[in-house]
Amino acid sequence: MAEKLMSFEEAIKRYDPVWGLETHVELNTKTKLFCPAPYSFGGEPNTELTPVSLGLPGSLPVLNKQAIDDAIRLGLALHCHINEWSQWSRKNYFYPDMPRDYQISQDDKPLNGEGYLDVELDDGSTFRVPILRAHVEDDAGKNTHIGGAAGRIEGAAYSLIDYNRAGVPLVEIVTQPVTGTGAKAAEIAGAYVRMLRDIARALGVSEGRLEQGNMRADVNVSLRESPDAPLGTRSETKNVNSFRGIEKTIIYEIRRQATILSQGGEILQETRNWDESTQTTANGRLKSDANDYRYFPDPDLVQVHTTQEHIDELKATLPEMPLHRRHRLQKEWGLDDRQMHAILNAGALDLIDQTVQAGASADGARKWWLGEISRVANEQKLALDELPVTPDDVAELEQMIADGKLNDRLAKKTIAGVLAGEGTPSEVADAHGYKVVEAGSELGSIIDKAFADNPDVVEKLKSGNMKPMGVIIGAVMRATRGQADAKAVSAEVIKKIRG
Amino acid sequence: MARFTKDQVRHLGSLVRIALSDDEADRLKNDLNVISQSITHVQDVATADVPPTANPVPLEAPLRPDVPAKTLDRDEILAQAPKSQDGQFVAPRILGGK
Amino acid sequence: MAADTQIVRLSAAQMAQKLKDKEISSRELTQAEINVIAAAEPSLKAFLTVSAKQALEQADAVDEARAKGEELGPLAGVPIAVKDMIVTRGIETTAASRILDGWIPPYDATAVRKLKAAGMPILGKTNLDEFAQGSSTEHSAFYPTHNPWDTTRVPGGSGGGSASAVAAFEAPLALGTDTGGSIRQPGAFTGTVGVKPTYGGVSRFGAIAMASSLDQIGPVSRTVMDAALLHAVIGGHDPADSTSIPEDVPPVVEAATAGQNQDLKGLKVGVVKEMQGEGYSPAVSKRFEQCVDKLRQMGAEVREVSLPRVSYALDAYYILMPSEVSSNLARYDGMRYGLRVMPPADQPQTSAGMMAWTREMGFGDEVKRRIILGTYALSAGFYDAWYGSAQKVRTLILCDFEQAFGQVDVLVSPTSPVTAFRLGEEITDPMTMYRNDICTIPANLAGIPAMSVPAGLDENGLPIGFQIMAPQKRDDLMYRPAAALEKALEQESGSLLDKLSAPWLDKAAKAGDVDADQAATIGKAEQKAVMDEIADRMKEER
Repeated sequence: MAEKLMSFEEAIKRYDPVWGLETHVELNTKTKLFCPAPYSFGGEPNTELTPVSLGLPGSLPVLNKQAIDDAIRLGLALHCHINEWSQWSRKNYFYPDMPRDYQISQDDKPLNGEGYLDVELDDGSTFRVPILRAHVEDDAGKNTHIGGAAGRIEGAAYSLIDYNRAGVPLVEIVTQPVTGTGAKAAEIAGAYVRMLRDIARALGVSEGRLEQGNMRADVNVSLRESPDAPLGTRSETKNVNSFRGIEKTIIYEIRRQATILSQGGEILQETRNWDESTQTTANGRLKSDANDYRYFPDPDLVQVHTTQEHIDELKATLPEMPLHRRHRLQKEWGLDDRQMHAILNAGALDLIDQTVQAGASADGARKWWLGEISRVANEQKLALDELPVTPDDVAELEQMIADGKLNDRLAKKTIAGVLAGEGTPSEVADAHGYKVVEAGSELGSIIDKAFADNPDVVEKLKSGNMKPMGVIIGAVMRATRGQADAKAVSAEVIKKIRG
Repeated sequence: MARFTKDQVRHLGSLVRIALSDDEADRLKNDLNVISQSITHVQDVATADVPPTANPVPLEAPLRPDVPAKTLDRDEILAQAPKSQDGQFVAPRILGGK
Repeated sequence: MAADTQIVRLSAAQMAQKLKDKEISSRELTQAEINVIAAAEPSLKAFLTVSAKQALEQADAVDEARAKGEELGPLAGVPIAVKDMIVTRGIETTAASRILDGWIPPYDATAVRKLKAAGMPILGKTNLDEFAQGSSTEHSAFYPTHNPWDTTRVPGGSGGGSASAVAAFEAPLALGTDTGGSIRQPGAFTGTVGVKPTYGGVSRFGAIAMASSLDQIGPVSRTVMDAALLHAVIGGHDPADSTSIPEDVPPVVEAATAGQNQDLKGLKVGVVKEMQGEGYSPAVSKRFEQCVDKLRQMGAEVREVSLPRVSYALDAYYILMPSEVSSNLARYDGMRYGLRVMPPADQPQTSAGMMAWTREMGFGDEVKRRIILGTYALSAGFYDAWYGSAQKVRTLILCDFEQAFGQVDVLVSPTSPVTAFRLGEEITDPMTMYRNDICTIPANLAGIPAMSVPAGLDENGLPIGFQIMAPQKRDDLMYRPAAALEKALEQESGSLLDKLSAPWLDKAAKAGDVDADQAATIGKAEQKAVMDEIADRMKEER
């Protein structure tokens, strides 16, 4: 693949892309799917194991009720058909991090059957992504590769295995082949995965942090001559663990496959890996010599029976879905689509909503989160919710402005203090003595002094020429070290001139 | 019905990670042919209208409360490992030919 | 020392009574059994590990508890042997395989936990066909076990070690596992009682899996009452096993007690039409009929019942069993426990290579044969034709049993078509070996309880077994006729095991108490020699 790739625009012009995602969402249950071992990200290696999660001879799996309920709730949020009877199957393959050398998954009787998810695009239109199934399975352990470059598996001398993660519950959400997305393929895929993340968080079933492996996706892409043609051979790019990576994988695979096809070549059915450093996918193994997984019903487990009554109970616990909430808030806050997208792109929706709930105006909350706070977050390369400022802080700040205790300038200085970790807005303002000088005798005498220092200006003002007003205001502000309210100063000056 | 070839037996061996010797593959081929002949007539009665039975005693899956239990002692399990280092199990390199 | 011989010949129930009456202590009893083990093992090879130290410690703990007047279970202080297919914390557990040689489990099987809670000292781990795969115990990776009735013959399998140990008075009781007859057929070959409870009646947690949908732990004993007492100890619901039946143990002890009245009026007994005739040795057939007559004489209503599709059972079993085996035995890959063998130097030293050579060197021929067959049966394109069809046959066999149990309370048949064969006699042809289990396999497929009780001897003085089967969850139903038959046969010609000349008992009496450390070495030199062969074979590969 050393030669130049066809441009994306050209590829889309000549071929119709079809893609699918298999997204793994790690559930945040206290214990594993098949045994009561606890799990915590970053725990001391091999300390969170029972005989089951280490695959010891004689050990047997028993299902975690919370994991099943969480998975059903996720299925309901994706409008899936919940199967009354669901079955566990063994997926047989050998790998050092698989304690039993088979994964317990679901094959032809998954917990959640067909469903869909509507995603909203930047232009405000909605696309329905069809879902084939959302089944439950257990995760494998973690390998650390030793002796190769930068911890890579290639060239490693050996690997260390930590089985802590083995047995952690995953829900694998599999889309149908998604057609009709054309040039928007990557955008729709990205919006879909973000929406899955938002739903998982809204349900409280997963942290949805891709960088911690809470979510990862296998990306399938194929091309065909036209929308009427049968599906082409697909590539499967495994374990892509960032939103941008998923989008870039789709774009890269469309370009790569279009290049091959345009040269009369053939797409191999293979698994590939996304390489963040080169921004390309590289081939893993050919599907033809890959494992035949020999699925069969796990005889150590029996079928899960999910009654309609239980489904109804779980349905009643579902929170407002992210898309619905988004529309509601946009309306409540009186925003246009562009403004709303700015909020979503900044990841500020929850923060602004919480700020409004804490008493601030929507405009005020939005101004702070997308303005000063976003600027600092970008500088420090942090997410908004990783900064030492809370929605309550922002609401308090807004209240102080409304009460006339702070002016814009002082408020900016106050938030800088909050962002520096100095405390709440009132603590910061108190500590620094940020305080608007109120109209009254104190302000009056400062203005009188400014008049005395600038007799020529006073003359002009008295003659009705208001242009040099700024000179007086500037002098007052300097004298009060910015703690006076400019409007109040202006009003007082006019009163005195006309007085 | 199924007639096993030596190559097929070797392929099955590689699928389940058994480095079968040549003699073994040959012997297994013959054994499996004997066994497979004797089981062909299962299909005579296994008609489409018969449902399969996975577990003989009908039960619904029991669901366990999400409450953590005691975990294994790491030193005790690593003492049984063929090879360990820094609290972890050591696997020979995962990729690579000769 | 002469008293030892008398003690070990007692039934477990009698031992329990003597312990309760403080005529003997658990330590004395346990030491007496260790002495017999030390004397008998050179000729029997029933044990893979003798855990004398732990057993004596447990015995002391029970004696102490009894001295304090604590409430104790009915078998408290009675020692027991455990098939090496069942996981015991701190006691080496190998499944008679090179691949698990030296493995010390960090946990106890539920059944073992229950034995400990019941105050039963664990004497050691008994020999078996590797991973319970075989019908003769000749497929043990370490050594074959010999039949105490004729040491040139096999004790049956896979649980030949447990059956031989109990028959030879090395232990009054043992645990076995039964996937296709591994408790019952050795029971028949050694003149002992062997019970396979209802599937899900005894927790499988900690029973090393062979074929999960067929495996079941059960009692091995010398009397029907002893089996019932042990059944009551190990049975019942276990939340750690998803296939465990959430119900109490059926009233098996009460049923065995009732059977001793020898009144079987009202009991309907069905003789399985398809489990007799051609292929059954004349002696087996004759004793079987005599036993059926005895049941009739005690008031049972006997009729012939057909299981029309049972002829497909063996075929279905030899698809389902290896399929599950191929997956259950995947975890033995040299990564986490047990054996690791690196590939020869001229081959890639990868994880995949290590796994392949570990499994090549670690598994025996029979295990490899089943893994390969099962892998084929599950592979893409063959699943429906093989595994799928076999699961359907299972449905048909369940239907057959359901219909039969609509007509009768229990079904009876010979346990095995033949009596114990000579070591090496049948091992060559796999299908011949497999056919030994033709009477026992249907119960595993249907999940129903079944047991083998001694039915006398053949012309060579070898034991014959009589099998009784009952509907699912009605294990109690088979204990009543079993206890009645046992008593009737005893009245006719005395206790069967009294006829066993057990020269090791005299030898033990003469030798005196065997030290626990010395007992722990039993079998270990031979096992080490087997493991050393791996290194030699790997040298040849280079």
